[in-house]
Amino acid sequence: MSEVRTLIVDDSSVMRKIVERALRQAGLDPLVVLEAGSGTEGLDLLKIQSVDLILSDINMPSMDGLEFLRQIRAQNLAPGVPVVMITTESSEEHVRQAILAGAQGYIRKPFTAEQVKERVLPLLNAA
Amino acid sequence: MLLNGVRKAAIATAREGGKTGMERAMTLSMRESMHLVSDPRNLDASVEEVFQLMLGVNCRRCPGPVEAGEPESVTAVVGFGGLLSGACVFRSGGAAAIRIAARMTGMEFEEIDDTVKDGIGEICNMLAGSWKSKVPGLAANTGLSVPAVITGRDYFLHVQAPEFKLHHAYRFDDASFEVTIICDGLQ
Repeated sequence: MSEVRTLIVDDSSVMRKIVERALRQAGLDPLVVLEAGSGTEGLDLLKIQSVDLILSDINMPSMDGLEFLRQIRAQNLAPGVPVVMITTESSEEHVRQAILAGAQGYIRKPFTAEQVKERVLPLLNAA
Repeated sequence: MLLNGVRKAAIATAREGGKTGMERAMTLSMRESMHLVSDPRNLDASVEEVFQLMLGVNCRRCPGPVEAGEPESVTAVVGFGGLLSGACVFRSGGAAAIRIAARMTGMEFEEIDDTVKDGIGEICNMLAGSWKSKVPGLAANTGLSVPAVITGRDYFLHVQAPEFKLHHAYRFDDASFEVTIICDGLQ
């Protein structure tokens, strides 16, 4: 597999590390990780960096994950790049909102590395 | 004041989500589902799920307060807002908090630094999310605040007469912690 440049957006630095570890366990190697602590930081990074995959929390201060996703699409940042939401919010309504905003995948916290693999790898293979 | 702050944030989060017709209908019947909301097995199942998946450990319920002799403790609070208002509160001694964060991250910690606090806040966030997901109708209509984490010595968390409260203590290896679900309003 060629280098996978991944943006992980979560206000928790611990969760960013856990997601990175899960991606490595899922076999994404070599993996280059860019981290953002908010949707705003994520947008700023996408304006200057190219990525192959975006994983974002939803419930974040300042700009939540859904608004971050809407802004990615509205500003045409990272066109064609799959976005997977990783969040504690798991209702059908939250999934529906994420899909409407342009997400291709949804992972509920807590999660296993196997779940990350099942949801992320097909998106990368299809991209 | 802290709890009011996290509840306001959670209410704002809940209001951002739209409601389907079915969810509106469920809203009307939630008060009649109090026995489901206050079922203590949901809290045990949430703790088991979060600690098994994120730390790879099995927790068991234990009686009594945790690590009473330890001076420093860590408390994380995640507010509920919307259909249910209240909070999920996680509390442990400093040593248990460090052990939990170490298990989560694979890192070693000598003190309760920002990473440990961050990890405990996320544990509380996942416990709150897992718990509300176990009651139909609650997941979509109840928002979560971002976690607030308190550390220190000799402090008390006082809540005025909640509608109901679940308070359980758990243990894994030689680390113990408490989880409390406070419901002070159910529409």
